[in-house]
Amino acid sequence: MSTEPTPDRGAPALGRQDIAHLARLARLAVTDEELDRFAGQLGAVLDAVAQVQRADAGDVVPTTHAVPLTNVLRTDVVTPSLPRDVVLAGAPAADEDRFRVPRILGEEE
Amino acid sequence: MSETLVEFDDVLTRYEPLIGLETHVELGTESKMFCGCSTTFGAEPNTQTCPVCLGLPGSLPVANAAAIESTIRIGLALGCRIASWSRFARKNYFYPDIPKGFQTSQYDEPLCVDGHLDVEVDGRTHRVEIERVHLEEDTGKNLHVGGATGRIHGADHSLVDFNRAGIPLVEIVTRPVPGTGAKAPEVARAYVTELREIIQTLGASDVRMEQGSLRCDVNTSLAPVGSLEWGTRTETKNVNSLRSVERAVRYEMRRQAAVLDAGGRVVQETRHFHEDTGSTSPGRSKEEATDYRYFPEPDLVPLAPDAEWVEKLAAGLPELPAARRARLQEEWGLSGTEMTWLVNAGALGLVEQTVAAGASPAEARKWWLGELARRANDAGVDLPELAVTPAQVAELAALVGEGTINDKLARQALDGVLAGEGDPRAVVAARGLAVMGESDELVAAVDAAIAGAPDVVEKVRGGKVQALGALVGAVMKTTRGKADAATVRRMLEERVLSS
Repeated sequence: MSTEPTPDRGAPALGRQDIAHLARLARLAVTDEELDRFAGQLGAVLDAVAQVQRADAGDVVPTTHAVPLTNVLRTDVVTPSLPRDVVLAGAPAADEDRFRVPRILGEEE
Repeated sequence: MSETLVEFDDVLTRYEPLIGLETHVELGTESKMFCGCSTTFGAEPNTQTCPVCLGLPGSLPVANAAAIESTIRIGLALGCRIASWSRFARKNYFYPDIPKGFQTSQYDEPLCVDGHLDVEVDGRTHRVEIERVHLEEDTGKNLHVGGATGRIHGADHSLVDFNRAGIPLVEIVTRPVPGTGAKAPEVARAYVTELREIIQTLGASDVRMEQGSLRCDVNTSLAPVGSLEWGTRTETKNVNSLRSVERAVRYEMRRQAAVLDAGGRVVQETRHFHEDTGSTSPGRSKEEATDYRYFPEPDLVPLAPDAEWVEKLAAGLPELPAARRARLQEEWGLSGTEMTWLVNAGALGLVEQTVAAGASPAEARKWWLGELARRANDAGVDLPELAVTPAQVAELAALVGEGTINDKLARQALDGVLAGEGDPRAVVAARGLAVMGESDELVAAVDAAIAGAPDVVEKVRGGKVQALGALVGAVMKTTRGKADAATVRRMLEERVLSS
């Protein structure tokens, strides 16, 4: 990972390294040219959201959820599952009644 | 692969260990955490899934009330404070066994916090502080294909079964446990043992380590003796038995001491325990996976257990293992050491049930720690696996107590019970094991013994009463142990001394 200085967090600017990190976490292959472009675009989004911080919210209780509900629970009862052929029909690949996925560890691991 | 290790005793001369444990327990609910799919173990692959636990778009999770209650009960049993406000959070990472791309877990608002569990090792009590008890969902199961012996390394591809994905999983996290010294491995084991027993007593899970319904991650670090700072810790996974908990800590202490002795630095990493060699090796690199970007789960509303609910659950808690041990020790009048033997032999419950079936505590203990322990040892099984029930043991004790059989015959009756011939009373009848009364057969045997040893009779009459023992032995031999020795002695005395 590169060692370029972290951008000043007071202004929500994003550096190339932030974008590269996010892209890696999201398993996205991003080119060098895209790193610059996305840094600018995401920075604009963060700038827009940062306007909210200017609002005087000193006496506003944080909203924890869109609906004021708690303890929405279901009783512990078994309901039917999906048939396996239906489940596996949605898989990109299946083998031995299981989802088949590519090699998990890369060569370097 | 062999690593440099320092002798265990040597480690303690220079370093102070610090251990911590993260235990995952699959709850024994009927249905999954956020959907109604069954949790039955061993079902055909991918037959217990639905849009919710497969993470299909548009599906909505709803929390399982029984799982919430089990978690609160575990928290209460560990002396935790139950949060009045708690939320689920998304732990984001990619791995094929989590279909949603995140695990629904809890982050900064767990259900239970700040508890403790006291464990005893060699007469000393160690307090293990519990940092948190939180609720999450289990992952699916990967089957690695194309590599050596199912290992992920070198595998060509993997096959995933999502039956386990979404089963409620409770995570119990301790604070680092200081001051355990040379006992660190034993304290770690004692903690998991006690925790397992508590959860079993609560009926919250079947806590079977070999089936993975209780899994343990063991954190170990070393610091130079007298150091004010903690060392770098490793997290050992794949610790699948109580014995392995102890071995994993022991191995990591010896390995880390060698690294530090050589002037090296312990790498903070996840390590994998190997049951066959008792060693650990580096696992998945954690460096790139530490950014889980937790955020509150928007699809689930907060949990707010009110005081009334929590009090109701607290009132319904069963007697916990430590309280039960203290009560039985008192009731049976045992010393601490005697109690420890009983517990370590895994015989506490068996003795309790045998007493409940009518035997005296002393008889029950004598049977389980004596003859039955010997049989189990010979057969290479644990006591509960012996084909004899506590009720049958109580019946054996009763048969001896009422004089129907003696100890020797009781062992023969036990042979019959273990061979599946029925209850002791039935075996005694079928095998004709009952002690002989003063029957004609016994009188004949006594007379024969006297007639067959005139020299002994002379000695006894001459005042050497202890010589009578030889005659008793002869009668017992003729009757193949079925006579009652005291009766035989009395009959012999009557005949030899009064004529």
